[in-house]
Amino acid sequence: MTIVAETRQRRDTAPTVTREEIDRRTRLFNGFCAGVLIAFAVIWLVPIAWAVDTSLKPNAETTNPTWMIENPTLESYRTLLGQGDIWNWYASSFITSTLTAAATVLTASMAAFALSRMRFRYRWLVFWFVLIGIMIPQQVLIVPQFKEFAALGLLNTYWAVIIPQVPAAIAVFIFKQFFDGVPRELDEAARVDGAGFFRTYWRVVMPLSRPVVSAVAIFTFVWSWNNLLWPLLVMTNPKLMTIPVGLATVQGTYGIRYADTMASAILGALPLVLLFVFFQRRIVEGIAGTGLKG
Amino acid sequence: MTTLTAPDRPAEQVAPALRDADVQPGHGRPALLMMAPFLVLYLLFIIGPTLYMVLMSLFDTSLVKEGLGSWAGLGNYAEAFGDPAFWESMWHTIWFTILTTPPLVVLAFVLALLADRVRRGRWFFRLAFFLPYVLPSAVVALIWMWIYTPELGLLGRFVTALGFTEPGWLGDPDVAMWSLALTTVWWTLGFNFVLYLAGLQDIPRELYEAAAIDGAGPIAQIRRITVPMLARTTSLVVVLQVIASLKVFDQMYIMTSGGPNFSTRPVLEYVYDVGFTDFRVGYASAVSTLFFLVVLAVSAVWVLLTRRQEQGL
Repeated sequence: MTIVAETRQRRDTAPTVTREEIDRRTRLFNGFCAGVLIAFAVIWLVPIAWAVDTSLKPNAETTNPTWMIENPTLESYRTLLGQGDIWNWYASSFITSTLTAAATVLTASMAAFALSRMRFRYRWLVFWFVLIGIMIPQQVLIVPQFKEFAALGLLNTYWAVIIPQVPAAIAVFIFKQFFDGVPRELDEAARVDGAGFFRTYWRVVMPLSRPVVSAVAIFTFVWSWNNLLWPLLVMTNPKLMTIPVGLATVQGTYGIRYADTMASAILGALPLVLLFVFFQRRIVEGIAGTGLKG
Repeated sequence: MTTLTAPDRPAEQVAPALRDADVQPGHGRPALLMMAPFLVLYLLFIIGPTLYMVLMSLFDTSLVKEGLGSWAGLGNYAEAFGDPAFWESMWHTIWFTILTTPPLVVLAFVLALLADRVRRGRWFFRLAFFLPYVLPSAVVALIWMWIYTPELGLLGRFVTALGFTEPGWLGDPDVAMWSLALTTVWWTLGFNFVLYLAGLQDIPRELYEAAAIDGAGPIAQIRRITVPMLARTTSLVVVLQVIASLKVFDQMYIMTSGGPNFSTRPVLEYVYDVGFTDFRVGYASAVSTLFFLVVLAVSAVWVLLTRRQEQGL
């Protein structure tokens, strides 16, 4: 309210503020904004740049810390890749994250299709039942799930990492929201032509839902890849550890070999950085469109 | 291009009716078949464990012995309420949430606002702010432990160059939580930044133009147009942030192991310690259940707030 009064007053006393003057002020302000923004962006990139910088030095020279790299070397990367542990972690992370993402997309989209398109009794009950799951954070369930997987004899298997991450209620919810927006005429036409429900889902609705399929797939993959707490509990065999568990477990053993430590961090980050660079737009649109958060 | 549905629809639209208006014969069996893979996994690995957790919290269940163990009634809950270690860890989780939520919301908003005004190079800002978010917590922890290394670390030398004494970033009980909060702000800011950027793009440009013609400067435009128009986005960002911060575990586990002297141990690490180090699964279940209730309460508050916003509009 006060602003309106102020501006009105200003206009009364100085009616000569021209369009050009306002444009000039706006340009000045925009320039200032750009300056502040660039400063923050640079600050944000410093830790990553510093990690890369350190990883390219010989271990002995990291204790005299300058940005200058006097003797650039890939020795740390060579050592880590030569030890072989990291290859096992890559394999573990890749297998579990890919299977988790694929299984989540498939099971959640099928359930969402039924909830969106099929007129069965107690539909409302099933939907409420699924909605409850959104309120249950996975981290709360580590104790009972651990007991469960111990009883099933599945500890230290990929299944222990994959299975509990698959039934994600939020994925069903996101798919259902999207399917509700896909025109019904298309799948009703397919049904009239004699296609069954599954065929309609697979051949008509899913091909129309590529944006949401890729968003859910990418996010499930990233979360699964970055998950620490649960894999830490169920993967105690160093050969089966995922990247985060491996890094968290061996960090103590590097001691003051800072270049090795930073090289391991860079190697651990690399697959997701590549994924991000390739799918930047999809990832950003996915967040903006669904408000997903791990 | 953004064909995904809006996240913050009215709660009334999101919540389904409590009955089925149009049941059609012959849909039941195929529907059950299509939902079966999800529902079976969901029952066995989400709902089942949730109920089992509540059940175990009433027993003295052990990690290494079969079965539930002896009946404890509400004894585990009474023990938690009487244990200073539980209250401390709960407080650390809440303190961490208080430290991280305001900067993660306000800074993300300000930076998105600035980025929205800059025409060129938006991809660069998105890259700079969002890149850390896709890094695994372990990678973030390793990088920041190096930055916080006493005497050799980047931050310590920066502070020393400015003429201050370097604090014990992770070693001083009074400082450690602030250091962890700083790392977390750096790590997860990009997510809120992108949410705000999307919200800003939905505000019609004509509003700003009209305001500019009326003589409103940039600051007045932000206060009178941008902030009120982003109220919904802000409520979403805040609740997602609070829930994400409450679930903190990784940073503490790797960077401080909950130390020094348990001064940064969050409630999830307390669950981890009593359940998987002391093998007291019954007690750990009781603590998990209490923590679950806190998260539920936050979600409930948010639902109520959005309802009120709907009615207010």
